[in-house]
Amino acid sequence: MGASVKYLANVTSLKFFSDTCTGCGRCVEVCPHAVFIIVSGKKAALSDKDRCMECGACARNCAFGAIAVNAGVGCASAIINGMVTGGEPSCGCSDAQNACC
Amino acid sequence: MKNVSCCGPQTKDTSDNLPCCTKQEAPEIGFIPSIVSRVSAEWTWMDYLGQIRCRVSSFRNSYTVKPGLYAAGNPDKNSDVFVSANYKMSFDILRRALKDINAWILVLDTKGINVWCAAGKGTFGTDELIKRIDASQLEKTVSHKRIIAPQLGAPGIAAHIVQQKTGFRISYGPIDARDIRRYVEAGYKATEDMRRVKFTVWDRLVLTPMELLPALKGYVLYALLIFFIISLKPSGIIFKDGLANGLPFFFLGFLAVLSGALVTPLLLPFVPFRSFAVKGWIIGLFFTFLGIKNITIATPTTAFYVFSWLFFPLASSYIALQFTGSTVFTGMSGVKKELRFAMPVYISTAIISFGLLVLFKLNQWGLL
Ligand code: SF4
Ligand code: SF4
Repeated sequence: MGASVKYLANVTSLKFFSDTCTGCGRCVEVCPHAVFIIVSGKKAALSDKDRCMECGACARNCAFGAIAVNAGVGCASAIINGMVTGGEPSCGCSDAQNACC
Repeated sequence: MKNVSCCGPQTKDTSDNLPCCTKQEAPEIGFIPSIVSRVSAEWTWMDYLGQIRCRVSSFRNSYTVKPGLYAAGNPDKNSDVFVSANYKMSFDILRRALKDINAWILVLDTKGINVWCAAGKGTFGTDELIKRIDASQLEKTVSHKRIIAPQLGAPGIAAHIVQQKTGFRISYGPIDARDIRRYVEAGYKATEDMRRVKFTVWDRLVLTPMELLPALKGYVLYALLIFFIISLKPSGIIFKDGLANGLPFFFLGFLAVLSGALVTPLLLPFVPFRSFAVKGWIIGLFFTFLGIKNITIATPTTAFYVFSWLFFPLASSYIALQFTGSTVFTGMSGVKKELRFAMPVYISTAIISFGLLVLFKLNQWGLL
């Protein structure tokens, strides 16, 4: 229960370029939401893009540059902070004030 | 019993290597294998106490373990190497999961932040891992080239770059440390289930204190403001009236906090719509309805009702939206989209609500 909660549809910045994919399977290994699958042992494919939370694990670990995603924190207070200060949304984990993750 | 706990009674065998309760800088020179710290897989009551305290935000940052290489059990040259963060809770969870397993634990300097959060920030990252592998002379400690990193650390670590630079090949372990044994026994293979992050009612419940605390802080400010406004009389400030007449506001406000910070997170999958702001608003509406039905209002003016129906559900919505910071499935693009829509609503509502309060006052004073 709960694993099936879904967030907004069609918003993720995840992009997959199957041309350069070698099917190494690293993206399947790292994605915490099973967004990638390997199709018939050849190449990766997106199984359900809307589950993507933009953590960036897949893109960072794809040695072949087949994935791009605008990774960041999906945290309202961090984003509001970013809007107010004009900087990148940053999670307040390092200051005791704001324990957003 | 050996332990790595701090701020309390310590046994002397390991305490020297594990100073904590202060921010600990990474040691300049690496540990050489002969002085690797040995840790026990058993949790002492201090560890349990520590876990409870770690959930409270103010303690979360000073609760660190010194970075470096640790031995769990009696590892040798062939034993596995697990990577962890120097947030004590991350380290403790791993150490407990390795009960009866002889292994090495390589603790990265993540400034006392948990794996997932540090990976997002990049402190649990490629460079730090490479540096730590070198500093601890891992290649002399073990004869193999395998490292097991937590899957939730993957956003910070480019496995192929670590392999290029150090020769060590990273496998990502399961998300839940409790699956480590099964993962190892299956030949370093995680089932699909082990790779997926869960978000159970229990997970959400332990996170709600993080939502309730800041929300309650806001509530205190709100209550003081209301108290002051209500007490204001043409003849001066009369606090006795403030308390009595303010009660509906205090009560409904408190319900909005509960609704946004506790009930919405708990019922998350069962509340319709995907937007957190909308979920929080719906639950807030319901609580406002319940609240208004169950209180007697001394001066049931229109201004009061309009204020209540407008303000409290949206307060709940705003608080619920903050929960996106604790979830494991809300991405930045989604939250930004919600905020683009919701922020103007919140801000204009705050302004209108204040206007209504003034109306409410004028009504009360018989000036309207
Ligand atoms: S990690 Fe990259 S190359 Fe490997 S399967 Fe995934 S997309 Fe393809
Ligand atoms: S960004 Fe994260 S959640 Fe999205 S597909 Fe990549 S690994 Fe999965």
